[in-house]
Amino acid sequence: MTSTAKAVSLHLCIIVVLFALNFLLPEYHRGILSRVMVLSVFAMGYNLAFGYAGLLSLGHAMFFAAGLYGAGLTIYHLGWSAWPALAAGLGAGAILALVAGFLALRTRGVAFMIVTLMFAQAFYLATLYFTTYTRGEEGLVLPQSARNLSFPGANLDPTVPATRYMLALALLTVILFLLLFLVRSSFGRALVAVRENEERMRMLGYDVFANKLAALVVSGVICAAAGAAYAILFGYAGAGFASIQYSILPLLWVLLGGAATTLGPIVGTLFMFYAVDVTSSYTNAYMLVVGIALILLVLYFPKGIAGAVRARWLPWLP
Amino acid sequence: MAFGPYLLLAGLEGLVTAAVLALMALGLSLVFGVMRVVNVAHGEFYMLGAVLAWWFASLVSGHPALGFLLALIASPMVVAAIAFAADRLVLRRLNYEPEATIVATIGLLYIIQQLALTFYGPEARPVQPPFDMRLSLPWFGYSAYKLAVIAASACLILATWIMLTRTRAGLLMRATQSDRETAQAFGIPVDRVYAGVFALGAGLAALAAVLIVPIQQAHYLMGQDPLLLSFIVVIIGGLGSLRGTVVAALLIGLSDGIISMFFSPTLAKMLATLLVALVLVFRPQGLFGTAAR
Repeated sequence: MTSTAKAVSLHLCIIVVLFALNFLLPEYHRGILSRVMVLSVFAMGYNLAFGYAGLLSLGHAMFFAAGLYGAGLTIYHLGWSAWPALAAGLGAGAILALVAGFLALRTRGVAFMIVTLMFAQAFYLATLYFTTYTRGEEGLVLPQSARNLSFPGANLDPTVPATRYMLALALLTVILFLLLFLVRSSFGRALVAVRENEERMRMLGYDVFANKLAALVVSGVICAAAGAAYAILFGYAGAGFASIQYSILPLLWVLLGGAATTLGPIVGTLFMFYAVDVTSSYTNAYMLVVGIALILLVLYFPKGIAGAVRARWLPWLP
Repeated sequence: MAFGPYLLLAGLEGLVTAAVLALMALGLSLVFGVMRVVNVAHGEFYMLGAVLAWWFASLVSGHPALGFLLALIASPMVVAAIAFAADRLVLRRLNYEPEATIVATIGLLYIIQQLALTFYGPEARPVQPPFDMRLSLPWFGYSAYKLAVIAASACLILATWIMLTRTRAGLLMRATQSDRETAQAFGIPVDRVYAGVFALGAGLAALAAVLIVPIQQAHYLMGQDPLLLSFIVVIIGGLGSLRGTVVAALLIGLSDGIISMFFSPTLAKMLATLLVALVLVFRPQGLFGTAAR
């Protein structure tokens, strides 16, 4: 088999396994897995910027929150139905990523991290400032009737656990294959080359800024898709999702799973979710777990789980 | 109260903020300047300084000045020792690579915060000021301790500056800052200088916290806002420039005190954050920095 065929069939296998798990898992774990799938879409979006293009952003929570509020506010205040609200979330993410990227990409390295961090912090403060509309930390609980996704011939209600699981899986599938296609395309290869040697790419005649901006916008839109899906599937939009913590978490998930691998973000998110779930049954010190995991990862496993698998056993892993 | 005295009060409050902020930002700036490390855990060293100050002060009975004095000496030492260990155990093994160290200090932030929450608890606790005196101005009374904080901070900044420019340790630090490899070639123990600077930076943050803790209470989340503010100060002052840091701390502290007295603090913080991000975008060397890198 060629490496492309291997890669595509591995990804298909994973989707099939996730599909089958819907019927095998007990209720509690099915709920967790739905959440993990939506959040790993967030991590995948982050991975495109951080893993492939080498843009270490500390502000991706703002893109997730843009999707979350783009969908949540239009549903809650304007009474939009789920599809237009989803589109509003994606649009909000795209515009924000375009503006933030246009400004922040004038800097690089440490300055880029701090600028993205500050943009995200300003966004978070804005969600608190406009508390009349967003209800701040308390958040909005979206009415069930507005969250129905109407398809021709069917009306899917995300409050039903199985439907919610399938919708999350559908989103994951679309984004996973989109990214698989993107990172193997010439655009994806150009991003990796920019990450490895920006000067050389510039000398070869590539527009480095445009490539990075495109990466950040696609990344922002994917994160916004995760946010909007979260609002619609779980019916909640709160300022907590815009806080700094939600900029750090995707970084942690991607580092753990393996930066610049398509499957790494899913592995990392799943692993971390269960690590926190298991430890929180013994102690409520989950921040300690996150902190120690971050330090151990950068010290001993800078490539993450999927990165180590690729380095050791499966060199074709995308 | 008339507008004039009101502004004076806001200015004094701003000056107290600026004094503490300058001390804390000085630590951040030193660490960035010499080691090129963005220490995200700096705010947690500040918090740890305040929490330890409460603990040390509660050990001593008798006059509150005794407990405060013990805290003033012991708390920065303990925090510096923790920072020293963190440098040895984590940062040095990462070779001070900028991106890896940011991730590692984020990890450190979570660990310190969680440990403080577990062992100190979610309550905010006060420390008795060493002396309780009010200066009566014609319009309002003002705590003498707050003025002492301003004076103490000024002295400490001056001491740091003298240490950097007049002593051998400062010379080693400046040599390492300007060129790490050449410094190493001249036999300067760069590793030890780095560990020392990281400990010194953390110690300065802890000192700032001990000074402020009789005014604000010690709380496990108290490091977050000062961290952001000191980032702002260090960036506006020009990364790694000490004079710029002090000037910017005055600017930010005063305007923060005055703006948040007249406008919503959330709005003030939001605008300040955006403004600083834009400064960094359009003038990466800071408002007062000169050397473009």
